[in-house]
Amino acid sequence: MNIIEGLKYSKDHEWVRAEGNKAYIGITNYAQLELGDIVYIELPSPGDKFEAGDVLGVVESVKTAADVYSPVSGTVVEVNEELAESPEKVNEVPYESWFVILEMDDPSELENLMDEEEYGRYCIEEGK
Amino acid sequence: MKKTPLYEVHCKLGGKIIDFAGWQLPVQYTGILEEHRQVRSAAGLFDVSHMGRIMVEGKDAEYFLNKMLTNDITTAKDNQAVYSPMCYHHGGVVDDLLVYRFNQEKYLVVVNASNTEKDLAWFRENLEGKVEIKDISDETAQFAIQGPNAERILQKLTDEDLSKIKFYRFLDKVQLSGINTLVSRTGYTGEDGFEIYLSAGGAVKLWEELLEKGKEEGLVPVGLGARDTLRFEAALPLYGHELSEEITPFEAGLGWFVKLSKENFIGKKALAEQKENGVPRILTGFEMIDRGVPRKDYEVFSDGRKVGYVTTGGFAPSLEKNIGLALLEAEYSNEGTMLEIIIRNKPARAVVVKKPFYKKKYQK
Repeated sequence: MNIIEGLKYSKDHEWVRAEGNKAYIGITNYAQLELGDIVYIELPSPGDKFEAGDVLGVVESVKTAADVYSPVSGTVVEVNEELAESPEKVNEVPYESWFVILEMDDPSELENLMDEEEYGRYCIEEGK
Repeated sequence: MKKTPLYEVHCKLGGKIIDFAGWQLPVQYTGILEEHRQVRSAAGLFDVSHMGRIMVEGKDAEYFLNKMLTNDITTAKDNQAVYSPMCYHHGGVVDDLLVYRFNQEKYLVVVNASNTEKDLAWFRENLEGKVEIKDISDETAQFAIQGPNAERILQKLTDEDLSKIKFYRFLDKVQLSGINTLVSRTGYTGEDGFEIYLSAGGAVKLWEELLEKGKEEGLVPVGLGARDTLRFEAALPLYGHELSEEITPFEAGLGWFVKLSKENFIGKKALAEQKENGVPRILTGFEMIDRGVPRKDYEVFSDGRKVGYVTTGGFAPSLEKNIGLALLEAEYSNEGTMLEIIIRNKPARAVVVKKPFYKKKYQK
C-alpha cells in the first residue's frame, strides 16, 4: 500500500508531516492511485488561512477533479511551485510532493488524524 | 452489473475496473496517458464488447433502416459500413451508430452500450414491413485494434490480405488464428485500425493471441479512459456529451451524415426547418489560454453573458494542452473568438480553435 511511518493521515487521503508548528501537506499514494495521471494542481497563495476541513486546493487528473482538504487549521507560509510545472510528481513521489506548508493554529489538531496503522486499515475498508 | 467475456482477463492484466453504463470495464491498465500515447505511436487493443450489436434482416430491412436513420444506406455498397445519427421526430438524437451492410436484406447495427435498450425499443416502435430485429450483443464480442501498427499486427493472424479492406469497408468470415470474425477498417481514435466482431466463445483466445503476436510492435491493452481521450482529441462525438435528445446532428456538426435529399426519414421535417432557419448552436472546439481544466457542463461566457456549455473537456495528451468541445450560440463559434470558461466559479480565458484538435491518420 505504501504508507509512510511518522506521518498523520486524514480520511480524505491527505498526509501531514509536522515540523514544530509547521505542517507539510500532500495527498497519499492511495489518493494518487485513485485519481490516475495528474495533469494540473490548483494551489492557494501564501497568507491564505484555512480551517481544518476547508478546501485547500484542487487536483485534476485526466479523468476527474478532486478537492484537497486542509487536515489542520493554519496559515499558508509556502506553496510548492514545482507542482504547478510538474504535477506528475504527485504520481511519482506522493510523499515528497507537498502542496503547501501551513503554520498551524493549534498543533493539537494533529491528534484528530490517523497514524499509519489506522490509515492502512482505513484504506483497506475504503477499497472494498 | 454486466461483464464482457474478457472480464477475468482484464482483472488479470491489472485493469482498474469501473462501472460504465452498467458494465464492469477497465478504465485503465497502466495509466491513461501511457495507453493513449501507445495508441498514437504503436497500437492498442480495446475490448468494446459492451457496445450493442443488433441484426436487422428481411425483405424490407433497407427501407426500414433508411426510414430510421438520417444518413442514406441505399447508396452504400455491400461490405460497407455507414455512420449515421438516428433521430426523433423533433430532430434530437436517439443515438449515433454504425450500419454494416451485408446485402440489401441484411445489416448489423452497432450502437452505444448505454442506448442499446432504448434503440431496440425505438426500432420496434417504428417497425414496418418484413423486418426482423435481433439483439446479438450477449452472444458476440467486439474488439478494436488501433494505431499505426494495427494492420501489421493483425495481418500476422490471417492469410486474408487486410490491405484490401479500405476505410469503412469490412470483410466477413475472416479467420484470425482460426477464429471466425468480421473485420472492418473502422475505429474511434483518429488512428488507422480495425474493429473485430466474433462470437463470445472465442473472445479470450483471440485477445490473448493478439496481445502475444502484437508484443513486438508495441501492442498494449487500452482502457476506457484512453478511449475517451483519443476520441476527444480527434473530436469524435460521444453520446451523452456531444449528442443527446436535446441536440440535433446539425448542431453537433454532423450535417454531412444527414441526407435531406432522401425521400423520408424520422426527423426530416424538423431538421430541414432547422437548416432553413439557421442552426442556433454549433459544437465548437476551444483551447485554454489561462490555466485550468475545462470539464463537461462547465458554463461558457463571452461578452459578459452565458453563450453555451462544455460537452467534453480535459487534458489532451497528444497536444499537451487543455482543450474542450462546447455547444455555443452560433455567432461565438468562429475561430479566434475569445471565451471564458467558468471553472469553480472563476472565469478562465479560452479561444475558439479549429476541429479536430488532432489530425486524423486514417488510411483511405
